[in-house]
Amino acid sequence: MNKTLKTHDSFLRPGMTLIGKWHQKRYVIIRKLGNGAIGSVYLCDANGKKAALKISDMSTSITMEVNVLKSLGKVQGKSLGPSLLDVDDWVTPQGKTFSFYVMEYIHGRTLPEFMKQNGNEWIGVFMLQLLEDLSNLHQSGWVFGDLKVDNLLVSGSPTRLRWIDVGGTTQIGRAIKEYTEFYDRGYWGLGTRKAEPSYDLFALVMVFLTVFYPNHFPKGANTEVTLFKKVNEVKALHPYQDCLKKALTGKYQTSNEMRQEVSTVIYDLQKTDTTPKRKHDHPSLALESIGFLIIALGYYLSSLLIP
Amino acid sequence: MKKGTLKQILLITDGCSNKGEDPAATAALAYQQGITINVIGILEDNQTEDPEGLQEVEEIALSGGGVSQLVYKQALSQTVQMVTKQGMTQTLQGLVNLELKQILGRDQTMDDLDPEKRGEIMEVVEDLGETSDLEVLVLIDTSASMHDKLPTVKEALIDLSISLNSRVGRNRFAIYNFPGKRKDIDKVLDWSPRLDTFSSVFPKLTSGGITPTGPAIREAMYQFGKKSLLRSFRNNHEQDIENA
Repeated sequence: MNKTLKTHDSFLRPGMTLIGKWHQKRYVIIRKLGNGAIGSVYLCDANGKKAALKISDMSTSITMEVNVLKSLGKVQGKSLGPSLLDVDDWVTPQGKTFSFYVMEYIHGRTLPEFMKQNGNEWIGVFMLQLLEDLSNLHQSGWVFGDLKVDNLLVSGSPTRLRWIDVGGTTQIGRAIKEYTEFYDRGYWGLGTRKAEPSYDLFALVMVFLTVFYPNHFPKGANTEVTLFKKVNEVKALHPYQDCLKKALTGKYQTSNEMRQEVSTVIYDLQKTDTTPKRKHDHPSLALESIGFLIIALGYYLSSLLIP
Repeated sequence: MKKGTLKQILLITDGCSNKGEDPAATAALAYQQGITINVIGILEDNQTEDPEGLQEVEEIALSGGGVSQLVYKQALSQTVQMVTKQGMTQTLQGLVNLELKQILGRDQTMDDLDPEKRGEIMEVVEDLGETSDLEVLVLIDTSASMHDKLPTVKEALIDLSISLNSRVGRNRFAIYNFPGKRKDIDKVLDWSPRLDTFSSVFPKLTSGGITPTGPAIREAMYQFGKKSLLRSFRNNHEQDIENA
């Protein structure tokens, strides 16, 4: 696999212009954004607009990803993945052909970065956003598959968790196309690799565990015990721990079930958040009434002085 | 279209063969019989990416129509399932290309089509990969140098069975190891739909420096023959075309 990456690096440099074989569109390479499981992603300039270009010599894998992006585009009104702009081939001056596609460039910070800077109160928000998107995806017959921190970005104004790599997206009922061991319930011995909503919900829990255990952790003798212990040990996840454990053991059939329970937790959390405030109010209320009493008493006494 | 069965040999080895015929030649022979050969070469932790002993890994896969990958043992699980699936896709794509040539003319392959048409064809290939039946014969090198790698191999195979049994199509697995006690290969597990049944019977190691990879592939080929008299996916497929 490394060999294919080497070939891309040797062909593409910042400042180079790349013209598609079929659609004749021009793309100026700005810089490399990263390497995926198949091929590399470059930031490029497409007619004055920034876009992300993914290129690989594994033509079939690129084609499969494009198919996924196209069907995600058909999920109406919801921007689940990056939107697809162009699909084409590039023939190098040396005559070698690479397949590529161009998609919307999503700019943002990674989930752990964002949480470090903005605090853990965002956990609930992101959990709900993710569950809503997953629910839309599942309802249109797909499962995300390779859900992991590396495939998510937090984009700004409005703050939203976006999916940047949908290469693992698989039709419900089939075998998961692409996965990463730590996020995979098969690896933990807690389920199959069949594409069903509960597969994504397991991975979702692992996404939030990764935020707090960036270096991950070993399986241990009993994987369920290990995972439960890790969930318990994170203070910021305490309010959600029942939901998370249910997701880990496949108790939720749909992402909507989990979303409802998570929003109940958040609702309760906000209620308990306001009660200490009221307690805070009490002393000032007492002070105020004592003040009124003293003034009233003063007036009463002075009224006694008037004959 | 009637669904055929894809046949694969998955060879897991760590080094050069030194007995019997050239493994690349027997691999080519197996490919002629409609069996694809995928090869995984396991690297020692301190080995670099391209050691000499593992060069034959790529050659065997090339002449066997399959996929090869060199890997450190830590990444074995994911590689085993990736190589198996890529091998399936490659075989199916080969068949599709064959048909395209018949329809479109001599030199047309999938890569000569525009991206939109290619996408549609890939969907068909993916469908076939998901739904067709698969037979995998796992051939494990159990020469002395593999000693510390076998537990990882076992884990990877159980993991492979999780992946493949999540597909719609049916699977059958068999496991053989080489060199065998008296023969070139020994049976570890007979054809069965799952791999978790073999946990108790993993091969004892054979000492000595013999690695008869070539003869092992030849013997492995016959294990398919015994069961289904070489009615390969390819043959079925051609019949389908004629019928249509």
